[in-house]
Amino acid sequence: MAKFKAKKQNIAIDMTPMVDLAFLLITFFMLTVKFRAPEAVEVSLPSSIADTPLPAQDILLISISSDGRIFFGVDSKHTRLAILEKIKDRYGYQFSEKEAQVFSVLPEIGVPFEQLKSYLSLTEVERKAMDKRVSIPVDSANNQLKQWILFARYSNPRIRIAIRADEKAPYPVIARVIETLKEQKVHRFNLITTLEAQPKT
Amino acid sequence: MAAEVGGDSGAPKKGKKKGKARKPKRRPRIDMTPMVDLGFLLLTFFVLTTTMSTPNTMPVVVPPKITEKEEVEPPKIAEGKVITLLVGRNKVYYYTGIEQPELHQTDFSPRTGIRKVLLERRAEVASRYGDPNEMIVIIKMLEEAYYKDFVDILDEMAIIQQKKYALVDITQEEKDMVEEYKKSISTS
Repeated sequence: MAKFKAKKQNIAIDMTPMVDLAFLLITFFMLTVKFRAPEAVEVSLPSSIADTPLPAQDILLISISSDGRIFFGVDSKHTRLAILEKIKDRYGYQFSEKEAQVFSVLPEIGVPFEQLKSYLSLTEVERKAMDKRVSIPVDSANNQLKQWILFARYSNPRIRIAIRADEKAPYPVIARVIETLKEQKVHRFNLITTLEAQPKT
Repeated sequence: MAAEVGGDSGAPKKGKKKGKARKPKRRPRIDMTPMVDLGFLLLTFFVLTTTMSTPNTMPVVVPPKITEKEEVEPPKIAEGKVITLLVGRNKVYYYTGIEQPELHQTDFSPRTGIRKVLLERRAEVASRYGDPNEMIVIIKMLEEAYYKDFVDILDEMAIIQQKKYALVDITQEEKDMVEEYKKSISTS
């Protein structure tokens, strides 16, 4: 059985257009990418039809984890340092240069004021571990979230308040946070959600 | 296309042509495979790290707190315009009116859930008062509810474009009502 063998031919594919396209896409993604800031709490957001994008600046973020722990965060370094000054004045804690530096880059914080100094002196890994079990107290007797909001609004009067809560966060905690906001005469705030398609009517 | 460039398209230099064996000018082929590999690796990396779903926000306005000192009379509203929603975990209990409320249960399913109830109530209010926007929704959250339920119910308000709604604290009577209702369902 003599097989008629076709002459083996090396096919050279011109990859240039493919490379062009790949690099075009790389450029696009490189320019549009905005790295996710490391967050202290993992939050899976609920979805809603709201389509207003969150403003990038002047945001006070209250994060609530699925087990109802509360974290506080502001977006600018400048505001964070101003808040730290307020904490110093109000509670008489002293922070070293290094601790202030650490505080100024923390996106979110969830420790009570009493533990703040020791928290800031920990290493990053230890802080991560501690983030798993701390929360800002919001009891009526010791409402530290209220203080945080007060300090933040003094430091940056234009700040807007957004709540970023896990979809499984228990409602009573949310109610406490809203109550705290009301006490501060904040009646307008934002809930952060992911987009969901508008139902057809 | 590029092959022609190196050929005889340009003005030929006559001096060199003589004497030399005409070598066909070959363009050197560059193996692009590693570059493509790298390109796609980077592409994959950026596609995966980029956050496509930018967070959106839902604005919420809550009524100011009435302190005891102020003695503000709560606003009076007609019974026929009101629907009260008691929101539990993926469940909505609702009743209309104020006197002798009768509790019903529904959920957040898009076609048969709370939206249908609200739209029916709107039609009812429209037939009685002439304007569906007269309807007032009172939202009360049960303690068992998740944050998701809270967002869902506010979202329903946005979907049906219900402007008049209020978030009110739940009363003990209403909690009892829901408990009783749950019992009556489980026994029947």
